[in-house]
Amino acid sequence: MSTTKKYPIGMHPALPPPSGSVGPVRWMRDNLFSSVSNTVLTVMGLYLIYIIVPPFVEWAFIDSVVLGADSRKECLKIMGDDRGACWSFVYKRWGQFVYGFYPVEERWRVNLAFLLVAATVAVVLVERLRANKALMIGALLLPVICFFLITGGLFGLVDIPTNKMGGILLTMIVGLTGIFVSLPISIMLALSRISKLPIFSILATIFIEFIRGVPLITLLFIASTLLSYFLPPGSNFDLLLRVLIMVTLFSAAYIAEVIRGGLAAIPVGQYEAADALGLSYWQSMRLIILPQALKISIPGIVGSFIGLFKDTTLVVIIGLLDPLGIGMAAISTTEWSGLGTELYVFIGMFFFIFCFSMSRYSLHLEKKLHTGH
Amino acid sequence: MKKLLPIAVSLAALTAMNVSASTLEDVQARGVLKCGVSTGLAGFATPNDAGQWEGLDVDLCRAVAAAVLGDSEKVEYVPLTSKVRFEVLKSGEIDVLSRVTTWTFTRDASLGLNFAGVNYYDGQGFMVPAALGVSSAKDLDGASICIQTGTTTELNLAEYFKLNGMSYEPVPVETSAEGRQNYIAGRCDVYTTDASALAAQRSVFEDPTAHVVLPEIISKEPLGPVVRHGDDQWLDIVKWSHNAMLNAEELNITSKNLDERGANANDPSAQGLLGTNEAKLGAMLGLDKKWAYNIIKQVGNYSESFERNVGKETALKLERGLNALWTNGGIQYAPPLK
Repeated sequence: MSTTKKYPIGMHPALPPPSGSVGPVRWMRDNLFSSVSNTVLTVMGLYLIYIIVPPFVEWAFIDSVVLGADSRKECLKIMGDDRGACWSFVYKRWGQFVYGFYPVEERWRVNLAFLLVAATVAVVLVERLRANKALMIGALLLPVICFFLITGGLFGLVDIPTNKMGGILLTMIVGLTGIFVSLPISIMLALSRISKLPIFSILATIFIEFIRGVPLITLLFIASTLLSYFLPPGSNFDLLLRVLIMVTLFSAAYIAEVIRGGLAAIPVGQYEAADALGLSYWQSMRLIILPQALKISIPGIVGSFIGLFKDTTLVVIIGLLDPLGIGMAAISTTEWSGLGTELYVFIGMFFFIFCFSMSRYSLHLEKKLHTGH
Repeated sequence: MKKLLPIAVSLAALTAMNVSASTLEDVQARGVLKCGVSTGLAGFATPNDAGQWEGLDVDLCRAVAAAVLGDSEKVEYVPLTSKVRFEVLKSGEIDVLSRVTTWTFTRDASLGLNFAGVNYYDGQGFMVPAALGVSSAKDLDGASICIQTGTTTELNLAEYFKLNGMSYEPVPVETSAEGRQNYIAGRCDVYTTDASALAAQRSVFEDPTAHVVLPEIISKEPLGPVVRHGDDQWLDIVKWSHNAMLNAEELNITSKNLDERGANANDPSAQGLLGTNEAKLGAMLGLDKKWAYNIIKQVGNYSESFERNVGKETALKLERGLNALWTNGGIQYAPPLK
């Protein structure tokens, strides 16, 4: 094709780039096939996906059975020759997976508590709602409300002993309590540790180093067995409460160190500037130092939270039935034995959804608070 | 969690706390028996789809609750792992531990615990494909056997074959799952581990009837309920709750016929057990005279409990074997109710 239209020099409109240097083709060339070794790796990666994903999808979704089976045998009968996953035990025991052994007629209380937590999370996350003072005060009251809602004993709600709580409810109680109670404690610990007053710094250091030097599982064993030796016989110190205290202390010690890292990263000029302004210690911490230090610490803190949330499965070892414990009890019955793979995939998905959401929120926070210097 | 306030109070008044009088009084005052069970073991203690605990060990908890509180449902099940079970019992958080616990010298003598009897005699057994036509372990000369390495089962096996002048070819495996796979794949003729575990494994097979668990048991694993040292009355109650179930079976008293038997004046043994004559067995234990009546009415005799949880009609399909009454060739033997 010959050009017929003449342009003055320098006035020619920009032509579209050649097709090989834009769009998906360009992206693939840059990212997947930029060299021989990258091409080989890409092909191998694609092959891996090919051999893993379709069979998994077939197993987990297409050939699987959810409804209509009361035992693994019936599952196998329904499936015939196409062996897929048997999710029936999750369906059949959904109540146990969510509430543990919480009485059926009282489960609405747990549902309401879950709903309140979800609403509060929304309030805290959405900026427009956060501006509303009344809503924020409501959010601060949430732990108290949930506590009475779940355990009962007030407003005519039936008392529910903590050993009835299990499954996702237990994970939520341990995880959320650990996360929210440990944060203020850890800030105090971090400030104590860098305090100029030796009594504070020594005590905080001893506490942090002790807790960090001991595995969580040991602390849980202490909570479950050793503590009751120190208490007077006959006094019944609730097991779940003991576990909550241990988990909170454990997580506080770790987060304190993360925050101390954040504090150490603040230039000394900031401290001196705060002093020069005549701010008291607490004012300078609240207005100048902590907002910056906490912002820097967000990835570390959220990392600790995610670790803590996953660590809640360790309570299985002292006989509390979290979703994993409920599932293991389920697959140890004669009806459902042999369904280990299904159980671990299910529990894995559950934890992945929660932990991935937390890590995405942390990314979002980092971006939002990024002010740049 | 609601116990926060009482805890604060009790911590403040540590010295004011008085030591609990007796386990029986504690349980009666509380109105519920705290019983430690497995976190999940087929046939012995598992929660069913509705969340109710079931199993042979669970039935023992229910029997004690029926004897002490008159209601077998008044039990708080505390799922325990094998690691924490003794500590939890000793610290007083549970009243009785009924969790497939093997009665051994060391545990009885050094842990400050008392075993209150044996509700299941377990032991190492053998599983073979039914197609082999083997009916006794004595026929296993020259067989290849899948066995977990580094366990007592390995030693038991070697000893048993040596004693019987037989030879075998070991196929070592690391885990029970690996053992099952090797056995299914035909890499060994025989699979050996604890008999109740064998039965549980077998129930997962595609066609369990194609495999048989041989009657011979070659090691001793007496499993029974455990209580703390220092409360003999409570030990007696747990011991005789189990013995009442055994004696009921021996006297052929079941949950169905007990009213009839208790009313029969020509049946003094049954009447004594059921508390319908002058014998005051319950009072000697510090219990109601209906204590055994309640056990048998609500839980059943030993045979009923056994058949319901692990017996022929269940997926485990365990033989009575050693757990048959002494009158039927087993070793379940309860002292007389005199």
